[in-house]
Amino acid sequence: MNGPQDLGGRHGFGAVVPEPETDRFHAAWEKRVLGLTLACGPLAHWNIDSSRHARESLPPAIYYNASYYEIWLRALTNLLERAGEIGADELAAGHALRPGLRPDRCLTAADAPGVLARGGPADRPGPAPAFAVGDRVRTRNHQPAGHTRLPGYARGRVGVVTAVHGAHVFPDHHAHSPEEDPKPLYTVQFDAGELYGADADPTLTVSIEAWEPYLDRSPA
Amino acid sequence: MHDHPHDHAHGHDHGHDHDNEMDEMTARARALETILVEKGLVDPAAVDAIIETYEHQVGPRNGASVVARAWTDPDFADWLRRDATAAISSMGFTGRQGEHMVAVFNTPDQHNMVVCTLCSCYPWPVLGLPPTWYKAPAYRSRAVREPRAVLAEFGVTLPEGTRIHVWDSTAEVRYLVIPERPAGSDGMDAEALAALVTRDSMIGCGQPARPGVAA
Repeated sequence: MNGPQDLGGRHGFGAVVPEPETDRFHAAWEKRVLGLTLACGPLAHWNIDSSRHARESLPPAIYYNASYYEIWLRALTNLLERAGEIGADELAAGHALRPGLRPDRCLTAADAPGVLARGGPADRPGPAPAFAVGDRVRTRNHQPAGHTRLPGYARGRVGVVTAVHGAHVFPDHHAHSPEEDPKPLYTVQFDAGELYGADADPTLTVSIEAWEPYLDRSPA
Repeated sequence: MHDHPHDHAHGHDHGHDHDNEMDEMTARARALETILVEKGLVDPAAVDAIIETYEHQVGPRNGASVVARAWTDPDFADWLRRDATAAISSMGFTGRQGEHMVAVFNTPDQHNMVVCTLCSCYPWPVLGLPPTWYKAPAYRSRAVREPRAVLAEFGVTLPEGTRIHVWDSTAEVRYLVIPERPAGSDGMDAEALAALVTRDSMIGCGQPARPGVAA
């Protein structure tokens, strides 16, 4: 979606503010939001793609004014409401007014480290790749209203395939469906001039990962 | 700022918007956790365990040990180039947000930088949680377009001719930058070398510390 998350190449967001690597959190509530978000994953009401879509679906004025953990909290609240696990009346009351739907899936403290250490690989058996390393491709003018991982700055641009990663879960589909719909995934490299025009940094190359439905073959 | 009279107790003076916002976020996070715990959907001890993992166990010292080993063990460096997921996993660093790893090596001719323009994708098992700036619009918008200006804000100046490759993490592939081994570090062992490796150098926004200069 052409939402507030699609930031690559945009102007006007100011200076980067570095911080020491010993800074892990900036408030106690941030820790709880991290923990709650990860602890709710095993309830299996959503997946990583639908949770990303919930974050980017926040209204732009809210998204740009929120810290990232606030974005996570707002999206988590929306996902839980959509799943029917919590209601606006409960949020207003600050207490549960009905039982939960999936307490049987509650993540235990004993299981939490193992779940984090296992992670969730995204590679799957899937279709053979149509492109090979070295192929020239053009990204499609792909602007779905739903979730996509093709950034706006790299739409309709010619690049070169530099890696083939096998088939991965296709986020454009999986964000809106339990079906994973695996598609071949590539790393595609662009010269900055192709992305940004005459003022681009001539020493800059940018790569993205692109699923096959984002790409067409481009004549050499 | 709200202007209605306050008759509830205040622990401190609400002098500016920032404090008010923090208080509101604390209240909202607490309310959501209360509801989820009362429903049996969340075990607060599991939340504690997740926080403990990323506050004290999984962090950039993991990545620093990978970099130091790459500097001292050519076979391991080759393995990182061929299959970073397996090489990094062999050191015990696995899991969430590190399932598909790629290591990119800086050279005198090419500097690598990593960003996620669309959200906050970051290699957690080797670097821990992303810093605030990595998730913020300034870095996400500018890293893919004017990386030299961004690097200057980190105090890094590259030679004019150095090429820059920026890796935008748009899928589940996660990138670890292997910075160049600093001059004057000959003879140092992997543990001493790891102490030179900064988090920012593994994102491509810094350089390792020089021997004898605190990181």
